[in-house]
Amino acid sequence: MFSSVSSMLNAAEKRRLPLWKVILEDDCQERGAGMEDSLRKMNSLWQAMKSAAKNYSPQTRSSSGLSGGDGAKMRSLCPKASVGGKFIDSIIAEALSMGESNACMKRIVAAPTAGSCGVLPAVMIPLAERDGIDDNTIVDSLFVAAGFGQVIACRASISGAEGGCQAEIGTASAMTAAALVSIKNGTPQMSANAFAMALMNLLGLVCDPVAGLVEIPCIKRNVVGAVNAVSCADMALSGIGSRIPPDEVIDAMRSVGDMMPCVLRETGQGGLAATPYGAAAAKKIKEAGT
Amino acid sequence: MGPVMVGPSSSHTAGAVRIGYITRKLLGEKPVKAELLLHGSFAATGKGHGTDKALTAGLLGMKPDDERIPHSFELAANEGMSVKVGTVTLRNVHPNTVLLHVEGLKGRKLEVEASSVGGGQIKICQIDGIETNFSGECPTLVVHNIDKPGHVAEATSLLAKYHVNIATMQLYRNVRGGYAVMVIECDQPVPPEPLQQLSQMDGILKVTYLNMDTEVAEKR
Repeated sequence: MFSSVSSMLNAAEKRRLPLWKVILEDDCQERGAGMEDSLRKMNSLWQAMKSAAKNYSPQTRSSSGLSGGDGAKMRSLCPKASVGGKFIDSIIAEALSMGESNACMKRIVAAPTAGSCGVLPAVMIPLAERDGIDDNTIVDSLFVAAGFGQVIACRASISGAEGGCQAEIGTASAMTAAALVSIKNGTPQMSANAFAMALMNLLGLVCDPVAGLVEIPCIKRNVVGAVNAVSCADMALSGIGSRIPPDEVIDAMRSVGDMMPCVLRETGQGGLAATPYGAAAAKKIKEAGT
Repeated sequence: MGPVMVGPSSSHTAGAVRIGYITRKLLGEKPVKAELLLHGSFAATGKGHGTDKALTAGLLGMKPDDERIPHSFELAANEGMSVKVGTVTLRNVHPNTVLLHVEGLKGRKLEVEASSVGGGQIKICQIDGIETNFSGECPTLVVHNIDKPGHVAEATSLLAKYHVNIATMQLYRNVRGGYAVMVIECDQPVPPEPLQQLSQMDGILKVTYLNMDTEVAEKR
């Protein structure tokens, strides 16, 4: 398992292999499994993401009543009336839909967590559709995403309770950015740049869910993660680099997480959760539950 | 990446299903009665996250990606499993912890304390009051035996004979010469023969084998 982005890049360079292949081989080694098996497992995750997107239901509301329906609302916005245009709008709609499906207890793929499950598929699904990218190419890129995610899990954390939202949405966004670069045939270094920029853009994001539920603001933060991944991938593909090396960004994310007070780490006690609206919503849900 | 799971939270939902599922395996029979005592964050936000439904689903044998999880209370009622949900305050445990009291169809009772430690991963902290520490992520053998010399050697030599490599091994007991539990996490799946032979040995009270590997694409 790679404990740094630099060691991952070195391995790819030394063995003259694409990043996804180095990560795939490492995964096989770690689990004592064959390549076919690893590819099959990753493909099943991709298929599960696509079915999750298909199974979105505009009518369903979460048991708290706080979320549902926004994905459909976004989908119905006419591209001519929008600022972002058709592609960006479909990314926003997909991120919202996936986040809402998760809140409504539907089947999703944690990437890396359930709360951030909307980021990666929100970009991959519309991109595959727009550019006619086949499943194999997407699956390869998911290994790139997984490899970068694994480094964060190893050096810092991917849990909101430990590192705040930067560790969940930040990680998801950075993983996605790296994968997008690989789909567009960028170099491993470009993937690493996209990853570093995406993570630093979301540094410091706190985990402050209303009533402790994965709904407000989690669902909409999936949108921010997805759109951020697109911008950072494009910056990297244009040749723009990250001045701060990726491993140092991860370490900074960890140290920011360590400094974050407990009330801003998934306890539902600070930030948006502590607003008058948040407190009232929490009280109402608690009373309805007892 | 992964697992494929039913939302909304990998620790409050996916992890809780795993805890229920492993508890059912440890009980070794169909549960008919279950009391779920939620602690900490499980108690505070468990209802909104469906932790109670997730635990029940696991006890019914469902895995974290089962789309029936939101309806597990109705399914439990249909299958004749009574479920009681409450809260408890435990000492020195992870914020996402649950204490389960379950009773099986043949009358066997079991108490399990388990924590959901993030990303859907879990830890079984206690079985019938005896401290343990395992995740159920690799093939795991849980052997209950009388605390006397030789049982550990018997178990490990059987595994060696069938070319199963031991990844980790833990031993626990309540009192000297009393009731002991060994938890053996393995690199390979354990074939049925050594399990059968081990369970028939003198002084071995119970052998439980967990293999969740076929369950879901594991978290990487």
